[in-house]
Amino acid sequence: MATEEKELLRGGQFLVKETKCEDVFTLEDLTEEHKMMRDSTKEFVDRELWAHWERFEKKDYAYTEETMRKAGELGLLSIAVPQAYGGMGMGFVSTMLVCDYISGATGSFSTAFGAHTGIGTMPITLYGTEEQKQKYVPKLASGEWFGAYCLTEPGAGSDANSGKTKAVLSEDGKHYSISGQKMWISNAGFCSVFIVFARIEDDKNITGFIVENDPSNGITLGDEEKKLGIHSSSTRQVFFNETKVPVENMLSTRGNGFKIAMNALNVGRIKLAAACLDAQRRVIGEATNYANERLQFKTPIMNFGAIKAKIANMATNCYAGESASYRAAKNIEDRIALREAAGNTHQEAELKGVEEYAIECSILKVAVSEDVQNCTDEGIQIFGGMGFSADTPMESAWRDARISRIYEGTNEINRMLAVGMLVKKAMKGHVDLLGPATAVGEELMGIPSFDAPDFSELFAEEKDLIKRLKKVFLMVAGSAVQKFGPELENHQQLMLSASDILIEIYMAESTILRTEKNVKRSSEDAQAIQIAMSKLYLYTAVDTIVQKGKEAVVSFAEGDEQRMMLMGLKRFTKYTNQPNVVALRTQIADKVAADNGYTFS
Amino acid sequence: MKILVCISNVPDTTSKINFTDGDTKFDTNGVQFVINPNDEFGLTRAMWFKEKQGATVHVVSVGGPTIDPTIRKALAIGADEAIRINAEPTDGFFVAQQLAEVVKNGDYNLVIAGRESIDYNGGMVPGILAALLDMNFVNTCISLEIDGENATAQREIDGGKETLSTSLPLVIGGQKGLVQESDLKIPNMRGIMMARQKKLTVVEPVDALNATQETKFEKPAAKGAVKLVDASNVDELISLLHNEAKVI
Repeated sequence: MATEEKELLRGGQFLVKETKCEDVFTLEDLTEEHKMMRDSTKEFVDRELWAHWERFEKKDYAYTEETMRKAGELGLLSIAVPQAYGGMGMGFVSTMLVCDYISGATGSFSTAFGAHTGIGTMPITLYGTEEQKQKYVPKLASGEWFGAYCLTEPGAGSDANSGKTKAVLSEDGKHYSISGQKMWISNAGFCSVFIVFARIEDDKNITGFIVENDPSNGITLGDEEKKLGIHSSSTRQVFFNETKVPVENMLSTRGNGFKIAMNALNVGRIKLAAACLDAQRRVIGEATNYANERLQFKTPIMNFGAIKAKIANMATNCYAGESASYRAAKNIEDRIALREAAGNTHQEAELKGVEEYAIECSILKVAVSEDVQNCTDEGIQIFGGMGFSADTPMESAWRDARISRIYEGTNEINRMLAVGMLVKKAMKGHVDLLGPATAVGEELMGIPSFDAPDFSELFAEEKDLIKRLKKVFLMVAGSAVQKFGPELENHQQLMLSASDILIEIYMAESTILRTEKNVKRSSEDAQAIQIAMSKLYLYTAVDTIVQKGKEAVVSFAEGDEQRMMLMGLKRFTKYTNQPNVVALRTQIADKVAADNGYTFS
Repeated sequence: MKILVCISNVPDTTSKINFTDGDTKFDTNGVQFVINPNDEFGLTRAMWFKEKQGATVHVVSVGGPTIDPTIRKALAIGADEAIRINAEPTDGFFVAQQLAEVVKNGDYNLVIAGRESIDYNGGMVPGILAALLDMNFVNTCISLEIDGENATAQREIDGGKETLSTSLPLVIGGQKGLVQESDLKIPNMRGIMMARQKKLTVVEPVDALNATQETKFEKPAAKGAVKLVDASNVDELISLLHNEAKVI
């Protein structure tokens, strides 16, 4: 198989192994079938969602449900569902594409879509018994039924395993009686099936259950929550009062709920990253169009450098988000294929495939959700006073984007998870961080090379920089682990800094690899803007890494050690030829302005 | 009923139009191609005949392999089979001759073409095709019902519409009205998956002549900026209309 011929990097290994551009998947590698799916999704969004954008803003929950059913008719809810259960059984890239392009109109719909197809359906396809899958999945895949995921409680948010909802086995052993309060439940208002997490007796870990929505069975809903954004996503509390659930509706085994919850979230995270992409393309398009038409001082405001800088940054971050999201998506797809070829069931293969790249999933969730936030924020700024008005789509886009930094694990939790998981992988020997970290330590003690490197080839300097940025992470994280051992996770600010370094490395590298791959099959001329975006992204990534690197080093190292590491940081982040970022931004913005939107995918 | 829908692969309406080779060729660089909208109305009506009256629907298009995505979209929408005539569609007369050959070999009793394609707007193909095949012909068709061998069609005419009764075999030049925009089908995911298993036959073109040759394209002159004249300043308005716009 093709997937076996090339070496498939394990999750987190990007940090210590070089990736060739031929080995990354890019949006330019989409098959004709992928493109047709993307185009259908776009058509659906334009016709059914964007055209009725105001209804979503006016809390028309019924319209969300109606359009979700239409999405079901088009097969958009069943992309990831295996064919045996009425789905399309398509690959992970296809799933990501639909999540990506479904997000182009309103966060209300993409939240309903994500909650249903991801955390509402996937726990059953991934952990359900054959009977459970036969009973529930076809109806969820077709949109006849909708699913909701009940994990969070008033006292259990980020600390998800601390929920107080109880499941008590009946005397005859035939059913559990579930009682408790769940909150922030997306799709609660129109769902037929809840995935509910509850504790049996005093178990250490919670247990998952499939609970049918039957008001006569002790299930009541709170009012619709009043929210900052995603106005038409139905979000309510769900109260279970001695709700009887047959024992055969337990999901997986007793006490395995926390694992289900976390694995469902891994998938949810990378899909959420995708679902922050088309929202950015739409905002960039709207903002560019406005800047091209809005005259001030007798000229379109697009002609002003202040606006160009914003447009260029927005486009560049979007391009980076695409590059990294689809790179990881294909890694997951290939890993699933490898596991299936090795004899795993599809269910096991998918679980392990996504789990393998949990670090990348967290990285992407953080990076792309913050990109969409910045993008919508600058979108408002470009619109000026009009951007603050609810009559323009910037205002709602900004409010809708805000939740992405909170749900599917806050960005703070995900930042710490990314580094924490990487360290754990290193401890288990799955990723060799120790060897490279030791080598970096030795390099710091040694005399730096004064050879003038040859950077004449495209991206030669940038790729050299990426290698050195990886050394920054190894230096910081390696020393921190040595210093604090398992206590590292209690040094949250240090973890956050290290995580930012890790995130920027992955995003910048993915961006350069994508462009390099496309240059090889076209030309530098054809990819001139993408080259500019790759350089600009790296430049800002280096800035972030310098800042976070300093913060981290100074927080735990002193004296000579500190001086040595700060010198290392300087050496590892040094440009030989400083890029002219003003020129890069102008070049990028001029292209976006000429195309009147984001046209790089 | 066996229907052949003729599909033209045209630039999306939002495309930027440029020319190359000394303004003799359309620059396809960066252009997104779609099913010609008039053809899509026809295809959607054909799908109705398939669903309600058990018709078989084939689609045909003239072009190189680059038009396959457009053809596959028609298959994903629900057409049963597709034929691609492997030649550049150089002019309407050439295309009509190629299509006529497919109709003759395929035993079709209803041929639905778009009234015109939205790229070159020749509007010739359905008429020439009907003449070459000696079939009945209704152009600018906005409604079509088939009952056995009998057809009732409506045609858009100046200021109104005309209802015609005719019989199969029939060629129509279709447009909006055959179905409404809201009836157009978005290819569903199952349709897209099934499209790859459907038959797409590539046939070589027959010898045929062009009736015309493109020698040059010109874009309309760029519009100047709008000049706003104060409502009280009628003299200036008259002067501008007379001297600059030269309309009075």
